[in-house]
Amino acid sequence: MNHPAVTPADAATTPAQARAAPRLQAMPARHDGWKMLLYKEVLRFWRVALQTVVAPMLTSVLYLLIFGSVLEGHIEVYPGIGYIAFLVPGLVMMGVLQNAFANSASSMVQSKIMGNLVFTLLTPLSALHWFIAYVGASLLRGMLVGIGIYLVTLFYAPPVFRAWPWALVFLLLGAVLMSVLGLLAGLWADKFDQMAVFQNFIVMPMTFLAGVFYSIDSLPDIWRTVSQFNPFFYMIDGFRYGLFGVSDVSPWLSLGVAGTSVVLVSLLTLHLLKTGYRLRY
Amino acid sequence: MPAISFQSVSKIFPPPQGSGQPPLRAVDDVSFDIEEGEFFGLLGPNGAGKTTLISILAGLARATHGRVRVHGFDVQDDFAQARRHLGIVPQELVFDPFFSVRELLRFQSGYFGIFNNDDWIDELLSSLDLTDKAADNTRKLSGGMKRRLLVAQALVHKPPVIVLDEPTAGVDVELRQTLWQFVKGLNQQGHTVVLTTHYLEEAEALCQRLAMLRNGRVIALDRTSALLAKATAHALRFKTDSALPPALAAKARVTGRIVELPAQDSAEIERLLRVLREAGVRVEDVEVRKADLEDVFIDLMHDRGAWALPPASAVQEAA
Repeated sequence: MNHPAVTPADAATTPAQARAAPRLQAMPARHDGWKMLLYKEVLRFWRVALQTVVAPMLTSVLYLLIFGSVLEGHIEVYPGIGYIAFLVPGLVMMGVLQNAFANSASSMVQSKIMGNLVFTLLTPLSALHWFIAYVGASLLRGMLVGIGIYLVTLFYAPPVFRAWPWALVFLLLGAVLMSVLGLLAGLWADKFDQMAVFQNFIVMPMTFLAGVFYSIDSLPDIWRTVSQFNPFFYMIDGFRYGLFGVSDVSPWLSLGVAGTSVVLVSLLTLHLLKTGYRLRY
Repeated sequence: MPAISFQSVSKIFPPPQGSGQPPLRAVDDVSFDIEEGEFFGLLGPNGAGKTTLISILAGLARATHGRVRVHGFDVQDDFAQARRHLGIVPQELVFDPFFSVRELLRFQSGYFGIFNNDDWIDELLSSLDLTDKAADNTRKLSGGMKRRLLVAQALVHKPPVIVLDEPTAGVDVELRQTLWQFVKGLNQQGHTVVLTTHYLEEAEALCQRLAMLRNGRVIALDRTSALLAKATAHALRFKTDSALPPALAAKARVTGRIVELPAQDSAEIERLLRVLREAGVRVEDVEVRKADLEDVFIDLMHDRGAWALPPASAVQEAA
């Protein structure tokens, strides 16, 4: 498009013109902008669903095939429950936990590194709005992966739901906890390698050492004691209770630990969002 | 009510631990108002505090002291209302590679609670010559297109105040003209426009009023015409390979072989030429030009007396 050059002669409005110009007002205040941020965050992972949803399902199936095929018939963790059946809730929860974490963490870190987080920082969205959108999208991805893994495992183990409300509660609590932790990690990390430290040295070991592949009763005393300080263990154990009606510890204890963890981590993250920790300087 | 009000705003960065350096005062006790409908320029060299001041205004940074209000709303205590009134075009060419141009504009609109805003989005795309690119991923856009998309994003919620942080840095001449025509049109519709730029001829052409910052402080604040009037009327410009006499060297601006000397009138120009001749300075390509904003700017930045203005405090009172 062609426009004539700007020169002093046709410069901006004169003071008189400025006074005569209509007084502009901002659009009316609305408080549902978080819905769009949530939608954008969901779209962000859905656009690459092969990588964010299907790939983790495939990984879990490989675990099931390898560990299940090798150990089925050799190990009976709970009476009457085969090893593949035992493995299913652990793999579902592992998928939920890892993907819920990865979603909020990677979205936040990528936006910080790319610099496009500024688009959100310039908006009227509050700390709570950010929290709902990031955690909501990550929760959805975690649940999609978890449900996907469960559906695939139906080819290898029959469905069991002895106490399904417990299963649902722990699935949700696990997904929320890890979504919030991912957001927390994303706020803290300014570089991808910082995020890798969080993921590889904290999330991954805590997930693997939470009883995905075994019952903690089969561990030596020292490691059993250590596992009892791992909140991920309670989420997996509680979920397993929801499926089999059997678990290492009482589901009420697991509910207490998981619920308290969610509340504490959420309060901390909301506080950091409100103070603009590593977002606003 | 002013469109923007800065009241005793300071931003102090603590020194790196163990460095022994004093804290950095990026913005130092800045106070001024920008009225509704103004086209206002914020000038200063790199590191003067322009972007920090705009970041405080936008809520990207927090002032260590002082208050900033947009249409009466405090940018911290009432940030949501302040940001509804404000559209910021950031300096960096940032984009989101996951989405298309139209999607990004819809998102940005939605963050402000404005859904179904496609009529306005289409108008913005058309005005900024991006209609053909609406469905394209932002990765495919050229630098100039990305810059225009940033402008569209800043305007998508129809803010009465628009802040452009060096929007023409690194863009070609045609796009620069296009952008200024567009922004000028917005100003004529009643938008308050705040601009930072390194292109002083643009500030001179577009801005009704200017603030000049140096080391975080406002050192001049006045109408553009008043700033120009306070400057020396002319500049004597020539090329030379010789050393200048000390009396002239003190107030000369030298760029390589090019020398510029301030001169009030033709008598002073004649006197300067005589001094040069008597000192044996061989001059070429002599010309006399009217002083411009660059003269004012450079002399203020270098504390030179020749084009000196009254102290900032006096200028602020006068404004």
